[in-house]
Amino acid sequence: MFIESTEIIDTFAEAFAMWGARVIITGENEKWAMAAARSMTGFATSVIGCKCEAGIERTVPAEETPDGRPGVSVLLFAGSPKGVGNRLVERIGQCVMTCPTTACYNGLEAEERVVVGGKLRYFGDGYQASKVLGDSRLWRIPVMEGEFVVEESFGVQPAVGGGNFLVLGEDLTATLDAVEAAVDAMEVPGVILPFPDGVVRSGSKPGSRYKALPASTNDAYCPSLRGRVPETCLPESVSCVLEIVIDGLDEPAVAEAMRRGIQAAAGEGIVQITAGNYGGDLGQFQLRLHDILQGGT
Amino acid sequence: MRLTLHAVPEVPLEAEAICPDMLMGLSADKAAELPVFHGNEKARLGDFFSVQGEARDGTVTVEGDLSKVKLIGNGMSTGRLRIEGDVGAHLGAEMRGGEIVVTGNAGDWVGREMSGGRITIRGDAGHMVGCAVRGVPVGMLGGEIIVHGNAGNEVGHGMRRGLIAIGGDSGDFTGVSMKAGTVVVMGRLGMRPGAGMVRGTLISTQPAELLPTFNYDTTYRPPIIRTILIYLRKLGFTVEDLYLNGPYQRWSGDSIELNKGEILLYAGTRQ
Repeated sequence: MFIESTEIIDTFAEAFAMWGARVIITGENEKWAMAAARSMTGFATSVIGCKCEAGIERTVPAEETPDGRPGVSVLLFAGSPKGVGNRLVERIGQCVMTCPTTACYNGLEAEERVVVGGKLRYFGDGYQASKVLGDSRLWRIPVMEGEFVVEESFGVQPAVGGGNFLVLGEDLTATLDAVEAAVDAMEVPGVILPFPDGVVRSGSKPGSRYKALPASTNDAYCPSLRGRVPETCLPESVSCVLEIVIDGLDEPAVAEAMRRGIQAAAGEGIVQITAGNYGGDLGQFQLRLHDILQGGT
Repeated sequence: MRLTLHAVPEVPLEAEAICPDMLMGLSADKAAELPVFHGNEKARLGDFFSVQGEARDGTVTVEGDLSKVKLIGNGMSTGRLRIEGDVGAHLGAEMRGGEIVVTGNAGDWVGREMSGGRITIRGDAGHMVGCAVRGVPVGMLGGEIIVHGNAGNEVGHGMRRGLIAIGGDSGDFTGVSMKAGTVVVMGRLGMRPGAGMVRGTLISTQPAELLPTFNYDTTYRPPIIRTILIYLRKLGFTVEDLYLNGPYQRWSGDSIELNKGEILLYAGTRQ
């Protein structure tokens, strides 16, 4: 299959079952809500090294937030509900509660919930108080600037992590232009791209010659190793590869983001678009590129 | 199911039978046979109300001047009860779930000792909204009472959980002996608000004369007020923007008790 001059390889992205949560952070203005969101989603690119993957889903207009202030929606993914809960406690406690004027609300209705505010409340040292509104309990923790409001518990649901595609370009400029266009096109509800501005250059393969490492560089896609590795995946004209990794609250959302991204990335200077997989032995989801582009998953 | 008052009771009529829990699954004829008390005399629901239809989905509408009809929705746990007109005392007493809407005014003791569900009064409410009966220390245990008009004395007396919102003024001793929970009064508080409160929150958009056992903390703009007021707006409660955005004085009290309660008074400019 080709999109313009770009060949779309008939392969699949191997994605994994994860658990996800949505956090709505509000602030006095968008600047402070975004400051907390950026801090909370920092160092959250890959579960391999960060224990979770997180990113900013979108800005939320004041009319849609529980306290009527500008907000930012953050998605966070980990391997289990407990893992999501632990990471939320750490990151909301260290990155949102610390940020001036912010408040933090659950943004996902789900059967399963993890306690977050119910643990953070102890920072109030006995001066904390709660308010119940509808089905939600909100904790008010006194802080030097006023109060930090955080919801008692957050919904968690099964999710999909590690959707991906690789953009193989003739040179750095063309490849960067392609992935930037892809990232811009991939704003899909329920989806985040956890790497820096959505793009990763250090794609990995599982395992390493060094026992301590669970993953190591994806040598088959490293242009500088074309002449050294036993088998390269790079056509001769390719000198740069960048990857986009996608996490989402469900498989259709991940597939839709991939479809938009691949279509935006394909074009002049991009030789191939392919996807990373492990032969289908590790992940619970296989997102076939051709199926996605033809409207299926 | 629709119940229409055809005989106005001479003395208060105790009509615990008017409750979706009691009426669901009954035919109109069976419902009319349910017992009520006219003063101290046992009577039939059908002696006072004509009954039409069934309450298969738990929806019951009652119409007429019900200001002498007490205990409607007593112990209600599910369904929807709509009262077109005024209603008497003890509406939704010990209610656990479901929703009651009154288009007119309500008598005293609305939501007495309720623990869940929502009561909405489009007009005024009498005294003792969300309270306990005399001699019982704990009042409302949960749920929501929304009064669009004014309310009488002792709103939220002894309440432990839940939300009470009054669109107009409230009478004396609002929030007296509150254990916890939230009372929002968009109008003026009567005398001695929060007297003896242990925990909980009293919010008013108007100035109030507080007891000397309340201590001033600060003037600030806590997000929780915005959250509460926006929540009430979504329930159809009228809240002006200035009360969302403006500063509030925070007073802690009552210091004759645990001093863990708070009164939040709007301190911004007024239109």
